[in-house]
Amino acid sequence: MIAVWLKIDEERIVQALQEAGEKLDSVEGEVALDFSSVRRIDPSALSALEEFAGLADDKGVKVVLRGVNVGVYKVLKLVKLTSRFSFVS
Amino acid sequence: MITCEEVQERVPIPLAAESLSEERIAYLEKLVSQARTAAAVFTQFTQEDVDRIVKPMVLAGLEQAQHLARLAVEETRIGVMEDKVIKNMVATEFVYNYIKDKRTVGIIREFPERNLVEVAEPIGVIFSILPITNPTSTVLFKCILAIKTRNAVIFSPHPNAWRCCSEAVKIMYESALKHGAPEGVFACLESHTLQDNAYLMRHKDVGLIDATGGPGAVKAAYSSGKPALGVGPGNTPVYLEKTADLNTAVTDIVLSKTFDNGTICASEQTAVIDDEIYDLVLKKFADLGTHVCNEKEAELLARTVIDAKTGFMQPMAVGQKAADIARFAGLSVKPGTKLLIAPIRGVGRGHPLSVEKLFPVLAVYRAKSVDEALKVCVDVNHAGGLGHTAVIFSRNDEIIRRFGELMNAGRILVNSPGSVGAVGGVYNDLAPTFSFGCGTGGGNSTTDNVNIYHYLNIKRVARRIQAHMWFRVPNQIYFNMNAVENIRQFASRSTIIVTNPSMEQLGHVDLVRRYIPEGTHVHVSVIPDAEPEVKVVMQGVQELNFYKADQIIALGGGSVIDAAKIMKLKYESPEADLAELAAPFLDLRKRVIQYPTEKVNRARLIAISTTSGTGSEVTPFAVLTDKERGRKVTLADYSLTPDVAMVDPQFVMSMPKGLTADTGIDCLTHALEAAVSSYGSAYTDCNAMQAIRMVFKYLPIAYEQPRDEEARSMMHNAACIAAMAFSNASVGVNHALAHAFGARFGVAHGRANALMLPHVIAYNASVPTKFLPSPYQKGYIAHKKYATIADLLGLGGHTIEEKVKNLVAATEQLLDQLGFPRSIADLGISKEEFERAMPDLTKIAFDDPSWRSNPRMPLMSELAELFWKAYQGRGLAKVAGVPEQQTA
Repeated sequence: MIAVWLKIDEERIVQALQEAGEKLDSVEGEVALDFSSVRRIDPSALSALEEFAGLADDKGVKVVLRGVNVGVYKVLKLVKLTSRFSFVS
Repeated sequence: MITCEEVQERVPIPLAAESLSEERIAYLEKLVSQARTAAAVFTQFTQEDVDRIVKPMVLAGLEQAQHLARLAVEETRIGVMEDKVIKNMVATEFVYNYIKDKRTVGIIREFPERNLVEVAEPIGVIFSILPITNPTSTVLFKCILAIKTRNAVIFSPHPNAWRCCSEAVKIMYESALKHGAPEGVFACLESHTLQDNAYLMRHKDVGLIDATGGPGAVKAAYSSGKPALGVGPGNTPVYLEKTADLNTAVTDIVLSKTFDNGTICASEQTAVIDDEIYDLVLKKFADLGTHVCNEKEAELLARTVIDAKTGFMQPMAVGQKAADIARFAGLSVKPGTKLLIAPIRGVGRGHPLSVEKLFPVLAVYRAKSVDEALKVCVDVNHAGGLGHTAVIFSRNDEIIRRFGELMNAGRILVNSPGSVGAVGGVYNDLAPTFSFGCGTGGGNSTTDNVNIYHYLNIKRVARRIQAHMWFRVPNQIYFNMNAVENIRQFASRSTIIVTNPSMEQLGHVDLVRRYIPEGTHVHVSVIPDAEPEVKVVMQGVQELNFYKADQIIALGGGSVIDAAKIMKLKYESPEADLAELAAPFLDLRKRVIQYPTEKVNRARLIAISTTSGTGSEVTPFAVLTDKERGRKVTLADYSLTPDVAMVDPQFVMSMPKGLTADTGIDCLTHALEAAVSSYGSAYTDCNAMQAIRMVFKYLPIAYEQPRDEEARSMMHNAACIAAMAFSNASVGVNHALAHAFGARFGVAHGRANALMLPHVIAYNASVPTKFLPSPYQKGYIAHKKYATIADLLGLGGHTIEEKVKNLVAATEQLLDQLGFPRSIADLGISKEEFERAMPDLTKIAFDDPSWRSNPRMPLMSELAELFWKAYQGRGLAKVAGVPEQQTA
């Protein structure tokens, strides 16, 4: 199993997710995205996250979000995205 | 009645959205998805973030007020551009002024004295229907509200106001976005259809529908199954009462009725004028540039502006100038006429102009009296304006009060114009709004001026309160041998000694009389040696009145002292209704029936107990038998507590063995139940525990050696101390069982208590099937309390369970020592008879208020089980496992 771990920077969430999406081909098993430095998330980041979840799904890769704060978690819950990811603290 | 919007939406809004194309559905879904995302993202915003966005939006609205007003008038051809500018400014500046310092994020209000905090939760996506009459001002208002409350809105403008509305939404959106609002927070439907509305109203992700439109749209919103805010149609009556400041009244009405050519639905529709001022008022109207129609002109006008078939106003007249309307009607009026005034003689279908008219036409009615005026106002209010607005001009507070009570209107405005007054924030302190809630009268859920709080889910964080408790006992308690001598210190002109025959025979009455100060008139009232009856009590009250008593000395057991308590109550407060005062209650502080506080007489009650059990000398309870109605009346109130208690063992030295045992166990039951009561406190615990220790130590001695002065004294004190505990902590399920069983089978109270006691201890110490709500206790502690008692008694045991078992065993041993029958069967009651009685017993025990403070809530089946255990007796009192997690 080849797992990938990526740190997500709040200032460039969309780009980071796009880059992560490009790496998905080389990933087997799961990809972990570290959200511990993301204080807030905006609509474009949400859109990118949803897209990334779709790509990962297609490739059979499990996406693990690490360190998601409860405010961001509630946003993901409201837009019904939580079921697409695993969460670790 | 009907509003302009409804006139234009005669085609009912279909709730089915099946006719929408796939492309259209995709478009609507995209709008909702964007709004949902924006609303979700918005939840991360702080109050400061939100306020940072709102202020520039308000400024943008103010800057564009004229531009938007012009657009609105050009597109809708309704209203007055200059007035619409004012509307746009009110919708921004006045609304901002109202909301700027209000919290809408996180904790929004705190009530420290109630341990309550209100927390704001946004709604999410709001679907908002916009009117044609106030299109741009409503957009500005709703956008500001939505951002302040962190909601996203999808707007659906009236088809004839789409351009101006979408421009207003665009201005608000751009400003909001520029200052940090999430993308997609506002959207405006492009070229909407009624099916679009139906689809969005039912969309699962739309949280609220805010329908500022005609009754059709409001009804569709309320029928959608979604939470909705709606407005209702208006038909505002204005009463000009003869004391009014007429210059103010007439000016305000003209201002209001001509504002934006009368398009605000709160504007006055019919002026009801007192006869005495009618002519003067019409003259003043004429002086201000209005045209007062004669009868023929009024008829022509009615034919023009009211649809004869429907009885509603003609859409073409809405928001038009008075002069233009006059021209359509063929009336000759002066150029620049502001308002057409048409006298009417009644309200209803036969009087077409009595309905809502959203244009500058005002009906006037001459009222011969205040009553007639108010009646006509009620008629107008009910002719299509329920829940909306009503106006009065008067200086007479009483008439203003009557008007306020009679009108069914969310806004009842006094000495101010209807339209601008109802909007709020200008003439009064109503919340500024462009959405008038009209309550159930108007088919709405609120009568409020819709504001920020209607755009929020307000959550309440309710912290556990530390319930107030109490410890109330007589002011003075004298105890130990010869305590009765203390009667000397109580001056009295007229004293009545309430007692029973045996006290006289034993010489106790003479003993008491000896200590009553000289010069006191003393009368002895001897009552039967039984539970007091109403008749006996009332006889005693007559004696108190006859002798004008200022002191009552109750000398006897519980029955005598109870009788004296009730005599005192009826003597001091003759109006007190005993049956009413006996009404059931759950919490003493919240009881429905209050005991009288006004007193026509006053008398000191000194209670001298002659048994060592009930403790009535310090309790706030009294039991009375109402033979006429065939029932017992239990009174409970601290005002019944005697003023002075005397606990003198010389009066109990001659108690027979059986009575010593019965009353002693009654005392023990009081103490044990108070000790584990859910109303218990440190104040009652110390009394309860001490009384238990004294009973276990001295009751066997008092029973075996009745002349042992120390044992008698200690038991007498124990009864009083236990009573102080249960007076404040109450009793429990043991008493409920004993009351039911004792009454049914004629068994003495102490004896009935004894039969239940070991089983009840075991029951309360076990894991409850059902917990009883109790704000006074933290966690279930009855088993721990029993263990503490076992420790105090030195019964041994390592675990709580062992200690409880030892307490049960010690109680059984004590009952054996006192020669109690150890089962109900031992009393000679057959199993069949007991079985037959069981349904009644459990029902009566369950109805008994005693168990309300029991630590464990008894189920009916559990009461039956306890009865059966008591029937079979010894060895069945088993602790069914104490709560493990709390076992020490």
